[in-house]
Amino acid sequence: MRVLLIVALITAPTLAAQNRGAAPTAKAAATADLTGYWVSLITEDWRFRMITPRKGDYQAVPMTDQARKIADAWDPAADEAAGNQCKAYGAGALMRMAARFHITWQDDNTLRVDSDAGTQSRLFHFTSSPAGERTWQGNSAAQWQRPDSLKVVTTNLRAGYLRKNGVPYSENAVVTEYFDLAPLPGGGQALLVTTIVDDPQFLRQTFIVSSQFKKEADGSKWDPTPCTAK
Amino acid sequence: MGPHAVHCKMSRSAATLAAVLLGLLACHTASAQFELVGSWAAHNNEFLTGDGLPVDFTGVPLNDEGRTRALSYSESQLSMVERQCQGWPAFYMVQGPFGLKIWSQTDPVKGNIISYTIGAWEDRAPMTIWMDGRPHPSQYALHTRGGFTTGRWEGNTLVAYTTHMKAGFLRKTGAPSSDEATLTTRFYRHGDILTVLAIIEDPVYLTEPWLLSRSFELSPTALSPIGPPCVTTYESNVGDTAPHYDPEKNPFVDEMTTKYGVPRDAAIGKPETLYPEYRKKISPAPAGR
Repeated sequence: MRVLLIVALITAPTLAAQNRGAAPTAKAAATADLTGYWVSLITEDWRFRMITPRKGDYQAVPMTDQARKIADAWDPAADEAAGNQCKAYGAGALMRMAARFHITWQDDNTLRVDSDAGTQSRLFHFTSSPAGERTWQGNSAAQWQRPDSLKVVTTNLRAGYLRKNGVPYSENAVVTEYFDLAPLPGGGQALLVTTIVDDPQFLRQTFIVSSQFKKEADGSKWDPTPCTAK
Repeated sequence: MGPHAVHCKMSRSAATLAAVLLGLLACHTASAQFELVGSWAAHNNEFLTGDGLPVDFTGVPLNDEGRTRALSYSESQLSMVERQCQGWPAFYMVQGPFGLKIWSQTDPVKGNIISYTIGAWEDRAPMTIWMDGRPHPSQYALHTRGGFTTGRWEGNTLVAYTTHMKAGFLRKTGAPSSDEATLTTRFYRHGDILTVLAIIEDPVYLTEPWLLSRSFELSPTALSPIGPPCVTTYESNVGDTAPHYDPEKNPFVDEMTTKYGVPRDAAIGKPETLYPEYRKKISPAPAGR
């Protein structure tokens, strides 16, 4: 009897978790709360993120020769004239922007990320969604990978820029991202986003950056500004 | 066999079973922790050293005292034996261009990990992360270049905490760190990618925690740590005073502006320049320069 009691006590939480395992929605299954307002902390790569770097200043990007030619021919005025002023605000680079981000659940299976810089919106789909035409933000498939972490894979992109001064990625680029949370000293929360860009056409090897964000209490500093190519 | 003996036998069985089940649960918990040991190659797609120009403190939230000391720094101090190694603190792990070679020490009886060691590389001291629950030493204990580090698992994240670092630099170009600085390092593994978040606190020279992160990729070939770290050498007699600049007359203070168009306030590490709203204070530069 005692044996059965011990077995029951030990296995009960596991069995209960299994019964709960068939979570009906991604929102219900979420083990990390990413929602809220987040501000980017520009502690790294300041000159590439807070200002538009000068033409030819593409340090640390493993560009192919073809990519280098494109970057050397960067013409922001031509981009704006062609309606491509959002080229640097695509999914390959958006989370690296100096910006604020608002993360919300659009519905039970779609996490939405809005940026004030460039007024972009990304949709992370936890269930399959039709690809449609190519966009700056592409199609993002999301999954909770382990406690506290979100994995997002984005394809079907319009060709964009990794940096505002014309460092290109192609429409065939695949952007893989991981979202992780961390407590901050003295309270507060940080978000760490690891961005991995694979693009054999314009990158000689995988391009990896990680960006930090700090959670804000509200949207009082939210400042929507349109895309600019300059 | 009397009733008492039967009862004792049942108790032993129950205890054994419970121990086995608890062991299984412990194994399950342990399996949530990833393998950190191995060779992790650097990708270097971020410019974290910030040592291209003498006055580049962009992204560092310096307070006034930190800024004054940073602007007084002269690289000629590298001629002084006692100052040659101050530019390679423990957090150079996420700033420098090198990969990470990590190994562990395992208790031969219990099988648990006693420590992880991140090997030295060039000028960076090794970091041993003690996982056996030992306390940090007294605040008066010896401070070293690599400091003293303990670690614990938070779910699937390894969290390390470093104290007892010698006063040195936040950035090789002279932004100072005090011997009261601490470092919290969080290791996240996603497949073959290891992302390391460093949170540096310094009540003496920083206005807020300084966050840096960097990713590494699991290397199929072994990386060999290069050491010993930072061996000093006599270079010349620099006299009786440390080479320095008057902080208000540092000759390099405007190089970031001249070369890259970075405003002076950002180059000298004013905290407000870390936030997006600072962009509104920046004069737009000519397009396509």
